[in-house]
Amino acid sequence: MALLSPADQEKLRDSFKEMTANVRLLFFTQTVGCETCLQTRQILDELPPLSGRISVEEVNLVLEKDKAAQYGIDRVPAIALLSQDGEGQGHDSRIRFLGTPAGYEFISLVHAIMLVGGRASGLTEENRQRIASVDKPVTMQVFTTPT
Amino acid sequence: MAFANPNITALAVEATEFPDLARRYQVNGVPKTVVNDAIEILGALPQDAFVQQALSTFGSRVSTLTPPES
Repeated sequence: MALLSPADQEKLRDSFKEMTANVRLLFFTQTVGCETCLQTRQILDELPPLSGRISVEEVNLVLEKDKAAQYGIDRVPAIALLSQDGEGQGHDSRIRFLGTPAGYEFISLVHAIMLVGGRASGLTEENRQRIASVDKPVTMQVFTTPT
Repeated sequence: MAFANPNITALAVEATEFPDLARRYQVNGVPKTVVNDAIEILGALPQDAFVQQALSTFGSRVSTLTPPES
């Protein structure tokens, strides 16, 4: 059964039309000991039917350790967003979601997909320059709850 | 911000699913942003204030590193 109502599906389908680049969601999961992985998979499966530009690729945290390490993922469920160029080559956006993207997190995920898919970030030119001047690795963790 | 600079990684963490992380970073309210385990921002801020606070110890424009004129 679809998690999204037909009206929400229609709204999202419309929003995703703004995308100009393909986005791949790397979904990190494991088969044992992850209570929320199934729900996360169900939520992510709702997206590709709404836009030809969105695809989901499952990565097993236990079996594909190297890939998990490449993206700095050590717990599940987790999602890494990649933009894809014309040849289908993925480019890491360095935007990650840890935990089930339900509730407001789903909205955040949709916004992140749109951003990676080519929508303007909404940053002012001054802030964009300020951010671009950072020359050391920075990790920003934003803690949220589903409601 | 991650999208605007390859040095920046952004993680959205669902606090209730990872109580160990929530404890480690003393998350008592959301949203809470932690930058390099050093800077903490509580609540949602307007864009200018957020960028200012999040990057307050980063960036190359540090005037104290400029050698004094002789």
